[in-house]
Amino acid sequence: MNRIALGAIALVLTAGLAGAAPEAPPAAPPGEASAAGLTAVDTPNDEGRSITVTWARSPRDIGDAAVFKGYQILRADHADGPFAEVGFVIGGKTEFRDNVAEGAAHWYRVRAVAGSDSSETGTAGPVRASAQWFDAGRSNVLIVTVLLAFLMIWYIERAKKGEELFIRKIHGLDAIDEAVGRSTELGKPVLFSFGLGEIKDIVTVAALSILRQVAVRCAQHGTELLVPNWDPLVMAAAQETIQQAYSEPGRPDLYKEGNVSFLTSDQFGYAAGVDGMMIRQKPGAVFFMGYFYAEALLMSETGHSVGAIQIAGTTAVTQLPFFIASCDYTLIGEEMLAASCYLKRDPQLLGSIKGEDFVKAILIVGFAALAVVGTAGALLAGAGRPWLSGVFQAIIQWFVTA
Amino acid sequence: MKKEIPLAITFLTGLIIVVTFFIPHQPLGTMQQRLLIWYSIVLGFTMLLGVDSLLRSNLKRLVGRTPGWPYAAVLLAGFAFTLAAGIYNWATTRSLLTLGSPFMFVYTFVIVPLQATMFAVLAFFIASAAYRAFRARTLEATLLLVTAAIVMIGRVPVGAELWDKLPVLADWIMEVPQMAAKRGIVIGVALGTIAMSLRVILGLERTYLS
Repeated sequence: MNRIALGAIALVLTAGLAGAAPEAPPAAPPGEASAAGLTAVDTPNDEGRSITVTWARSPRDIGDAAVFKGYQILRADHADGPFAEVGFVIGGKTEFRDNVAEGAAHWYRVRAVAGSDSSETGTAGPVRASAQWFDAGRSNVLIVTVLLAFLMIWYIERAKKGEELFIRKIHGLDAIDEAVGRSTELGKPVLFSFGLGEIKDIVTVAALSILRQVAVRCAQHGTELLVPNWDPLVMAAAQETIQQAYSEPGRPDLYKEGNVSFLTSDQFGYAAGVDGMMIRQKPGAVFFMGYFYAEALLMSETGHSVGAIQIAGTTAVTQLPFFIASCDYTLIGEEMLAASCYLKRDPQLLGSIKGEDFVKAILIVGFAALAVVGTAGALLAGAGRPWLSGVFQAIIQWFVTA
Repeated sequence: MKKEIPLAITFLTGLIIVVTFFIPHQPLGTMQQRLLIWYSIVLGFTMLLGVDSLLRSNLKRLVGRTPGWPYAAVLLAGFAFTLAAGIYNWATTRSLLTLGSPFMFVYTFVIVPLQATMFAVLAFFIASAAYRAFRARTLEATLLLVTAAIVMIGRVPVGAELWDKLPVLADWIMEVPQMAAKRGIVIGVALGTIAMSLRVILGLERTYLS
């Protein structure tokens, strides 16, 4: 989860940064294929199982595989050898990660191979692989997570003290009652699909809370609920959720296990199965909640063609436009993840949403400030003062997850 | 206890995952991978749950002659034939992927064409959805129509023939306003995911427990 968060932040912050393409080194005189600048260090922030070997690019390594073959990485357990090949990398690369046992001393050499010519660097070592107790490259993730957790707990405490927390209307969630009610009036079933989400996807967990609300309403109105599944684990969770939801208004007798069934784990087979159910049973309301791929439009257009009221929700950015075009209501991204808080109206849950919003506000201000710093830095760099540009680059680099 | 034990397991597992993300040292460093392997093993067994559900619901439909029962008959016959072909393949060649075998015949000449057909239908559905979305009835829909027209025409050779700046404009739309909106959603999803995960780990979010 954290990787997604920081990945996203890094994506935004790195937007617009133009990286200079590495220049090819000048052509070397024939016969010279040495790789100098050899270093061998314990790979930072790892479990102590590797050593990173780096070297300077050989002058003959100019991107022509016919001239330059690549680099042989040689390793020995003693300074004077014998050195044995542990890896080979093609020309253009200047780094190799060697998997070794923790604690043992190793010495390295790199042999640049250019046709029949080859030359070795000097020896680097001894170097030992050791494990680290903290991945310093992920300190950025830690800070954002701790900040978010702190703000969530703070707002939850405020909510516990009775403070009224505002949450904006989410029309897609408000429309659940309307959709189930319409189905009931028409005497048609309600269909709910999780798409291709697995139970380990957080969006599927969010979809289960929406399913619960839908199931409670279906039980209250005596409306049939169909849940075809792509993942057997999600099916098992959905069966439990619906059974429990049906018990809430005292209608456990309405639960039919056959209505919450497994279809197939094939993407288009699943889409065909759901489409078939929609064509044959003509549901009055269709819910698409979870993670979707290309099957999203296949199913939602079929739902539209049978005249069902459709509510969709997904975090899959690529499928959102299709849902918006073919469904009556669409929960966009984070709205989906806020569903359980919105539906339950539990102050503690609402507090967590407030904390999330606060971090969002911090990020918006941060992005705006960084945009100003980046622009000013580029202008100053053009005038021969690169210090601000350096600061900007350092901040961007900090956000990039290791 | 029905809820406390699952909540404790969730808290501990969540905590381990979060902690091991920051600690590469053994034995914590590979814990995340190990838990994913456990998940895959559990998932393998749950496939039996899925097959059981599929067969039972379709058998019930077939026996009860409920509407649509012929589809259930086709499904059960297809399941039986594919299973038999797989067992025959394994028994004769110790592999499921032998070319020209009955199992591969089912895969190559039934499953693959059916998948391709469903995927191909998407083209027609995109056209019908686009027709509805692009009807210029409101200001937003008109903006969408104009933007989509620029991007679509700007990305085909005739676009550059009509106006040489059209591909540049199409690229700008995709790289600036489109990308900004997309990244806004992605950041929201990322923060929402962290918040939801924390709610699950702390036991505030319990819907998944039913």
